Amino acid sequence: MMSSSIRATLRRVTPQLIILAAVLFLNFLVFPDFFRVEFQNGRLFGNLIDVLNRGAPTALLCIGMTLVIATKGIDLSVGAVMAIAGAVAASLVVDGYSWQTALLGALAVGMLCGIWNGILVAVLRIQPIVATLVLMVAGRGIAQLVTEGTILTFVNPGLVHLGSGTVVGIPTPILIWVFLGLAVAAIVRKTALGMLIEAIGINEGSSRMAGINSRVLITSVYLISGFCAALAGVIVAADIKGADANNAGLWLELDAILAVVIGGNSLLGGRFSILASLIGALIIQSVNSVILLSGMPPEFNLVIKALIIIAILVIQSPTVKHALYIIRASAQPLPSEPVKEAKESTQ
Amino acid sequence: MKFKAMLIASAMAFVPASVMAADLTIGFSQIGSESGWRAAETTVTKQEAEKRGINLKFADAQQKQENQIKALRSFIAQGVDAILIAPVVATGWDEVLEEAKESEIPVILLDRTVDASDDLYMTAVTSDLVHEGRVAGKWLVDEMAGAKCDIVELQGTTGSSPAIDRKNGFEEGIAGSDNLKIVRSQTGDFTRSQGKVVMESFLKAVGGENICALYAHNDDMAVGAIQAIKEAGLKPGEDIKIVSIDSVPDIHLAMLEGEANATVELTPNMAGPAFDALDAYFSNGVVPPKWIQTESKLYTLKDDNKHIYETKRYLGY
Repeated sequence: MMSSSIRATLRRVTPQLIILAAVLFLNFLVFPDFFRVEFQNGRLFGNLIDVLNRGAPTALLCIGMTLVIATKGIDLSVGAVMAIAGAVAASLVVDGYSWQTALLGALAVGMLCGIWNGILVAVLRIQPIVATLVLMVAGRGIAQLVTEGTILTFVNPGLVHLGSGTVVGIPTPILIWVFLGLAVAAIVRKTALGMLIEAIGINEGSSRMAGINSRVLITSVYLISGFCAALAGVIVAADIKGADANNAGLWLELDAILAVVIGGNSLLGGRFSILASLIGALIIQSVNSVILLSGMPPEFNLVIKALIIIAILVIQSPTVKHALYIIRASAQPLPSEPVKEAKESTQ
Repeated sequence: MKFKAMLIASAMAFVPASVMAADLTIGFSQIGSESGWRAAETTVTKQEAEKRGINLKFADAQQKQENQIKALRSFIAQGVDAILIAPVVATGWDEVLEEAKESEIPVILLDRTVDASDDLYMTAVTSDLVHEGRVAGKWLVDEMAGAKCDIVELQGTTGSSPAIDRKNGFEEGIAGSDNLKIVRSQTGDFTRSQGKVVMESFLKAVGGENICALYAHNDDMAVGAIQAIKEAGLKPGEDIKIVSIDSVPDIHLAMLEGEANATVELTPNMAGPAFDALDAYFSNGVVPPKWIQTESKLYTLKDDNKHIYETKRYLGY
């Protein structure tokens, strides 16, 4: 039983793993020392660790985003929520509160933002893209109000540890996103929650007829998204020891959506895989790493990124997938014939 | 009109300049407060006006040109003596500047220029971005004194004029010194977090021991890079020399701890020279040149960084 479900999961994420391997190989081509990981100053040090560490904000965002998209929604506000959460955490420690209070305060504000989005979508039935756009635009202003327009710097070692500290040599952000990713994936898959979310994404009307409380569930996925965004915002602020309301999480909602799409999840909702989205986030970070390591002039950054992403999406497109399937099928004529014979024999 | 009365008074030339300025009412249309520097500019402008006894009418445009045009029209209607404006964009100003000209109200552009005929405004007070880069480059040439030095560069937002000009200026500054070479150059988008991320990749791609100096197009990226250097187990300021531009309070704090070496100031005091020009114009009829360049002052470890930090931290950066 167990091994078959693991095999099914592996089969689901195989395309993403192949793409990740290819992009990592591209990193190796531009920088031969890419895979070298050393233990230096009491922490793991290397490009591979950077990919895992720098991918943390996108990875955290895409956990919540995957659930939201599975309900046929979208959350554009996550970048702004990051800015708000970072600002709240920074201002709390600057005011003398402990880092635990600051973290809890930031997470609470993030979840509040999520509930706001959820109510707009689930209760007032505003289209998700419009509903979350409100907070995307207004959120950054709220963050600026909290920081009073400056980069609010802090030195609280506990909070800084969340962004740039290590636990047994592993950067804390990596541990946070891996743990949260596994926890959420386990919760939705070991209970019926995942299936209920998929049901809402496929057909909300009939799932409600079947007795699913779609309002509560939709609000909850936006709440989770807000929680993930707040955690990402705290990490980003802790990383630079300051809350930068203008720039924290800027355009990161788009990277998160892209990670979900690269993860093979449909924007039309329904079946989803958090694991595949997380690999998608790592693929995006690996692409960023290629750009930084290649030493090309920055004018090429977006062009290179666009070319790699287009290649990934084309390979995943239904038409190309189908063509590949036909090629594979015609290349192996033997397995198809016994099936025919078997059919004939049953007639 | 007050303006004409001024001209008559200045013809008499008995009244001292300070008294002249005291009677002025000047309108100031600010873009908004999108950056710490912008907020500091607003604070300093108000301080400079108060120092001179000028009655300053302040209007915050919140990043919108239509608000600035409205503010200018309202200043004209109120019959102010002069107008200062930090234009949010370069185009679309001809009509309202024409109106100011017809009302004989001199307009001074602060910090940015416009695409309009230069007889529509009195003068523009701006910093020379290329010169800033040049000052940073020259500092590094002197600091290295002929020793071989591989430099990494953190550029501003790709395609923005500060990034282009500060890059060109620095290259001009180090031109002719064959011992200095830029080995890596990548954008850090003018932000702390990107400055840190890109510096991390520099440290691995080039090797921390092979980098002799960092040139960052603004202080925020340098502050981010300093953290990356520390996390890589190197000493910023010693193992890697750091020179950047803007002179924000936090870089002076880093210099105080010896973690950064030099910064070139983009002064938030654009209004001071503008008020001086207006003063000279109203009291002696001196027409200023079309461009007043602000000083690009270099601060190093020799300066009293503690004092600079203390004075700057309350300006709103």
